Amino acid sequence: MSEAWSGFKGNKWKKEIDVSDFILSNYKEYKGTDAFLVGASEKTKKVWQKCEQLLVKERKTGLLDVETKAVSGINNFAPGYIDQPNEVIFGLQTDKPLKRIVNLYGGTRTAKKALDAYGKHLDPTLEKHFLEFRKTHNDGVFDAYTPEIRRARSAGLLTGLPDAYGRGRIIGDYRRVALYGIDRLIEQKQSDWLKMDVSSEENIRHREEVAEQIKALEEVKKMAAGYGFDISLPATNAREAFQWLYFGYLASVKENNGAAMSLGRTSTFLDIFIERDLKNGALTEEEAQELVDQFVIKLRLVRHLRTPDYDEIFAGDPTWVTESIGGMADEKKSLVTKNSFRFLHTLSNLNPSPEPNLTVLWSEKLPANFKKFCAKVSIETDAIQYEGDDVMRPIYGNDYAIACCVSAMKVGKQMQFFGARCNLAKSLLYSLNGGVDELSGKLVVEGLSKNTEKVLTFEKVWQNYKKTLEKVAKTYVDAMNVIHYMHDKYAYEREQMALHDTDVERLMAFGVAGFSVATDSLSAIKYAKVEPVRNADGLIVDFKTTGDFPKFGNDDDRVDKLGVDLVKFFFSCLKKHKCYRGAKHTLSLLTITSNVMYGKKTGATPDGRHQGEPFAPGANPMHERDLTGALASLNSVAKIPYKNCCQDGISNTFSIVPDALGHSEKERIENLVSILDGYFMQNAQHLNVNVLNRELLIDAMNNPWKYPNLTIRVSGYAVNFNRLSRAHQEEVIARTFHERR
Amino acid sequence: MMIKGNINSFESMGLVDGPGVRFVVFLQGCPLRCAYCHNPEMWNAGEEKITLTPRELVDKIKRYRIYFKNHGGVTMSGGEPLMQEKFVTEVFRLCKKEGIHTCLDTSGYGEASDELLKYTDLVLLDVKELDPEKYEGLVAQKIDKFYKFVEKCQKKRKKLWIRQVILPNYNDNKESVLKLKAFVDTLKYVEKVELLPYHNMAEKKYASLGIKYRLAGLPSMDEKKCKSLEKYLR
Repeated sequence: MSEAWSGFKGNKWKKEIDVSDFILSNYKEYKGTDAFLVGASEKTKKVWQKCEQLLVKERKTGLLDVETKAVSGINNFAPGYIDQPNEVIFGLQTDKPLKRIVNLYGGTRTAKKALDAYGKHLDPTLEKHFLEFRKTHNDGVFDAYTPEIRRARSAGLLTGLPDAYGRGRIIGDYRRVALYGIDRLIEQKQSDWLKMDVSSEENIRHREEVAEQIKALEEVKKMAAGYGFDISLPATNAREAFQWLYFGYLASVKENNGAAMSLGRTSTFLDIFIERDLKNGALTEEEAQELVDQFVIKLRLVRHLRTPDYDEIFAGDPTWVTESIGGMADEKKSLVTKNSFRFLHTLSNLNPSPEPNLTVLWSEKLPANFKKFCAKVSIETDAIQYEGDDVMRPIYGNDYAIACCVSAMKVGKQMQFFGARCNLAKSLLYSLNGGVDELSGKLVVEGLSKNTEKVLTFEKVWQNYKKTLEKVAKTYVDAMNVIHYMHDKYAYEREQMALHDTDVERLMAFGVAGFSVATDSLSAIKYAKVEPVRNADGLIVDFKTTGDFPKFGNDDDRVDKLGVDLVKFFFSCLKKHKCYRGAKHTLSLLTITSNVMYGKKTGATPDGRHQGEPFAPGANPMHERDLTGALASLNSVAKIPYKNCCQDGISNTFSIVPDALGHSEKERIENLVSILDGYFMQNAQHLNVNVLNRELLIDAMNNPWKYPNLTIRVSGYAVNFNRLSRAHQEEVIARTFHERR
Repeated sequence: MMIKGNINSFESMGLVDGPGVRFVVFLQGCPLRCAYCHNPEMWNAGEEKITLTPRELVDKIKRYRIYFKNHGGVTMSGGEPLMQEKFVTEVFRLCKKEGIHTCLDTSGYGEASDELLKYTDLVLLDVKELDPEKYEGLVAQKIDKFYKFVEKCQKKRKKLWIRQVILPNYNDNKESVLKLKAFVDTLKYVEKVELLPYHNMAEKKYASLGIKYRLAGLPSMDEKKCKSLEKYLR
């Protein structure tokens, strides 16, 4: 250890596994400008060029290649290279770049469906044996689902449940591999394992899991050895630190296919190794940037085998390799280092890209030069999302990271049971139709009464809505408990959990969709005149809304408060039901791009939205309803309570044309910084920033080839615009653009 | 009785109408009928839109203070804010009490009291045209009031940002910009001169309002060309 740790300060982290203590004891805050940054090295250019060719090919076919002779696992694939002599960071999921893994543990049906869609077939022997001898997560879930859950699921009341593939949203503390080496991590797990008793079912399960974690760590070591690296001991220099950390991450994406496989918070950690090498003359700035660029290239190549309809929901092929950058260490000192800049600079060196999902933890107190640099990169690339450090740090401390889009968790200390979302707008319609689905006419939620009013009255609607939400919440918690019980049983994330403390805190992340539709509908009922339109069977299928009403997104408390009451109430309903393994309830307002699909499955609503029309994404106001400009809209969203309520995140997407942001580049940067400061100082949690022209998007929709790298941000995630479906593209364009008038 | 403002609409994120992040208030009513006006719905002063007392409006503005920092603030625009001079004066007086930067976005066509200018930090002066005859042709009013307003601003030492809308085949030429520069050179306290490229996006608005659009068919001003004209201002 002495050599690997030479020059590093602090003691606590040496005695116990504590990456945060290592960072705080050793990192060097950087307050300077971006002037030190350098371009991509020749090696990087060569490697990236090869990748780009493959990416173009992949885009044409949707899938480049898939390994059909092996299933997912840490050590089930031979080493792979892109352009070995020019690579400086090594390791691919399979033996070839962009060749995907079949993961059958989540569910065989989904995996086979994905293979079928691309005309591929699993090796017959492998298939036969797997199907015959192995039960999957998906099988388990359907053995335990209740009729209520199944009805809610097929009606689209609960959607996107991770019951047929990996749940994801777990962040291993991959930094531990670099700082401690695998052997020390195994030693710790073994000592934990020895102390664990078997006095209850929970304890037996836990002890078995830790034994599995140890096996996984051994496998990571073997996998690295296949590439010629011995990672049993700590990394001795920056290059090894990147490599060791990446092996930790790589093992997780070989073993799991979760919807979001996020990276954590690595840039400042890695900067400590870079700074030491720079100081010793062992590394140049060019080489440091090369490490970052090549690491990011690897992250950009992560793939999972998905069905085409999954890609349709999520608009492309997302992996959510989210990396959290910046944030504050305490009230005064930020965690910004030169490496925070280098990571963002990959968007220039390698072109903008949705992955890795670069997420800046924003605080008004961040160094001014870093804030300006972020704004500049945002304006140039649209590829950064921002999250409020000042609202999250008091809850999660200063070593948390974002999983997926907006879900914060303490790295290595907390994990999440991901829970998709429940449709609030549909729930409102159920409360009017006595639990009968407005589209199918089938009874979905039992025990509710029909509304028979000619003109809807707020009190009556609100009382029935609350009753409905109580029932929906129960079904939702039940579904989540079943899913995560089965996931732990049949598709446990051994390696990722090995990179957590043995006693981990669990969060159960519920979500809602259709927030602004439901809120505006309540406002319409309260402030305008809403007459339900019933079909021959007495089912309400439409509404006649007359008169004006306040709409969410205009900083108008009359309606904003209705939305706040709604999420608070729903969260209180969820909390009435215990979560599996003592998990703590959290809630998100996040739809990624599924707001389009949710809209499709939901009938007309009292706010004037027609049947099938998309919802607004996340916590966004509905399109064209925020009439007071963007800051009013931000102020409305900022009112949604994060602390003790929506602690899994409140996603907000903000699009602006460059001209509207200011006359000169300097003004644009300053103004964007002011907007971000103002928004996050109100304890807001998340903001996507798109700086682009509506005309440009329309042109890109019609002539996609002209904009191969057009990246835009949609609700917590950056996507390649060309990979969105036409419906998504139109929806993005229709969404309020803040133009100058 | 407390005076009330007749407001057409708000833009909470005004980033191009004065320094920094600004809350822009579009007041209803305008005496001019500029050929290229992109807010024709704000012409008619008699049309009641949103009515607020100065206090109510300032309370609204204060919600955005967090974004203003040290250079943003409120911009009163329209329409022509001078048509509701008393209301604007009171709003600005209250803003100054709160320490909010005030900006008057005007064509200079109207009366400005000493008191109004006392509470105005910056005047965004839209110079429609300098030739009296052409002025009348472009905006359908006489130019005298404009010069009177400019004189008053000079006397009160008001900071000015001069702006002119540039239209293709009209004033998108060297001579025209030099003429503007010659005018600017006669003025003191000018902090900035901005050339704003004409855009034809308002054409649809005219159609929906049933007003004939005098510039129908005129393309938007090429932004690069507009930018290149700035060199004649130096």
